[in-house]
Amino acid sequence: MVLQRRPGNGSNGCQMRPVLIKGAGVVGLVTAYELARRGIEVDVVEQAQHIGAGASWFAGGMLAPWCERESADEKVERVGAAAIEWWKAALPGKVAQEGTLVVAAARDTRELDRFATRTTGHRWLDAEEIAELEPDLAGRFARALYFPREAHLDPREALSSLGDTLMAMGVRFHFGQATDATVSHRFDWRIDCSGRARLPDDAALRGVRGEMLYLRTGDIQLSRPVRFLHPRHPLYVVPRRQGLFMVGATMIESETCGPIAARSLMELLNAAYALHPAFGEAEITETGTGVRPAYPDNLPRITRSGSTFCVNGLYRHGFLLSPALAHDVAECLLSPNHQSEFHDEA
Amino acid sequence: MLQVYDTEITSRLLLGTAGYPSPAVLSDAVRASQTQIVTVSLRRETAGGKAGGAFFELIRELGTKILPNTAGCHTAKEAVLTAKMAREVFRTNWIKLEVIGNHDTLQPDVFALVEAARILSNEGFEVFPYTTDDLVVAERLLEAGCRVLMPWCAPIGSAMGPQNLSALRSMRAHFPDVPLIVDAGIGRPSHAATVMELGFDAVLLNTAVAGAGDPALMASGFARAIEAGRQAFEAGVLEPRDMAVPSTPVIGKAVFS
Ligand SMILES: Cc1cc2nc3c(=O)[nH]c(=O)nc-3n(C[C@H](O)[C@H](O)[C@H](O)COP(=O)(O)OP(=O)(O)OC[C@H]3O[C@@H](n4cnc5c(N)ncnc54)[C@H](O)[C@@H]3O)c2cc1C
Repeated sequence: MVLQRRPGNGSNGCQMRPVLIKGAGVVGLVTAYELARRGIEVDVVEQAQHIGAGASWFAGGMLAPWCERESADEKVERVGAAAIEWWKAALPGKVAQEGTLVVAAARDTRELDRFATRTTGHRWLDAEEIAELEPDLAGRFARALYFPREAHLDPREALSSLGDTLMAMGVRFHFGQATDATVSHRFDWRIDCSGRARLPDDAALRGVRGEMLYLRTGDIQLSRPVRFLHPRHPLYVVPRRQGLFMVGATMIESETCGPIAARSLMELLNAAYALHPAFGEAEITETGTGVRPAYPDNLPRITRSGSTFCVNGLYRHGFLLSPALAHDVAECLLSPNHQSEFHDEA
Repeated sequence: MLQVYDTEITSRLLLGTAGYPSPAVLSDAVRASQTQIVTVSLRRETAGGKAGGAFFELIRELGTKILPNTAGCHTAKEAVLTAKMAREVFRTNWIKLEVIGNHDTLQPDVFALVEAARILSNEGFEVFPYTTDDLVVAERLLEAGCRVLMPWCAPIGSAMGPQNLSALRSMRAHFPDVPLIVDAGIGRPSHAATVMELGFDAVLLNTAVAGAGDPALMASGFARAIEAGRQAFEAGVLEPRDMAVPSTPVIGKAVFS
């Protein structure tokens, strides 16, 4: 049920005054959307001059709840599956639902078997079927796992259009503002979506560094994310527009954001090259590092203290899980008795 | 009771901390395994600065002894440096010394290993060297100051289980008084039980537990197998015979027991 309440004019004398969101990453923007469409007045402060200054900018943009189940909690699959529909509805035309292809080098095919036993929602493809799906991978792999229901989007495009949509809905953005002190008195509720900036204030939160790069080549075309399994350096390649490919990502227990390490670059390139030699001839157009905020169980949390909610710990699943979290936050604001799966009373 | 350097431990299972689905799962596995020693890799988690801080804090909170390792080091110099960093970070003289000779198979470079072991032992470290089952290398490591040896039974992460039982047997026979901990290559509890039956003192696991569908359950399975293997060794294993031998004479009468 979607409750429509006008700002400052709630039913039963309940005053729903404006909400302040701190951080314009995927969590902040998706939360703003869920609030705004319930008729709540929203302001977003973002310390950078633009949208997507944090981890969200470096994401693969995979909406892959079934693949992620390989190492993620059952909740991620259950809650994540609904995210695909959410993104399709919020950003029509920006989500590709082409599935995910999972492959491994001939000597690592046991990794594929292992992956298959840990996941559902897939079927096996033989060489011919692989060639049909991704002609440029023809002849390279004898078997693959195909997750037909999975989807992907371009995170940068998605964040920018979500920003545009929000502005059109009347959400006010305040860029270049690191503190909300000046405006806070006007707000009944504040929602902290500041990602890794919360690390110093939340002892349970840690950073998991992820390094990635962009390659550009016209020599190969892919229609869907391809995961390349390896016992030590699993990797994925996500196709973007105009011959661009996002190649990711390392997982390092570290909260440093600095430039990509030589070893990581080598491992990512090596794997990309093993997936298809054409990547060896590609241009490296960008390398980047994002820090994924995570709690010890690698599941996100909504914590509340007083009139502030914190939504954090999205780990590898910012795009996959933020719709569910945003929904929960919105419901918590509107109905105090709402039971959230991710709520962690501080 | 097993003594490694000056520490006595009752659990004969050592657990690596890499590659779990989450730190929470790692902590469940540690509890289920009842291990008293966990290993932690410094190299991978220290991409600059005080990185790894939060993860290392979680490791400390496990409440076990910490055996830092030099995983990912390819030269003696690198390994020595990493060991010194580990001493700072974890305030321990223990170091599991790994010097990798081949990036692909992760086979130890035993020459660099002996060199690094000597340097570190001279500097007061208590070195746990990850080595092959080669007896001469083992002797060199002991000469270099090591008082524990950690032979592989198969390549790291391969899950193949003991590949050369007779080499492991001769190692045990050759060094009856040196604590021998099988490190690397164990895939399943029966592998661990096998090497424990041979009289090895302990087993170090990582991938076999971290990569299992339910790491905590697997850790507890391993703990039992290791315990069982140890008890079998202490009890004296019945060696296989050439033919079936009945346990009671059965001539001409039924057996009631
Ligand atoms: C390499 C990589 C690949 C990934 N791939 C995927 C994927 O395929 N699918 C998926 O679902 N997830 C993926 N993720 C995970 C996802 O990127 C994160 O979970 C997500 O970005 C976290 O979003 P966030 O909004 O919490 O943080 P951020 O995106 O970091 O946003 C926080 C924002 O808050 C702002 N801020 C901080 N402090 C303040 C302050 N005091 N005042 C105002 N503003 C402030 C920051 O500038 C920033 O813009 C990936 C992550 C990485 C690193």
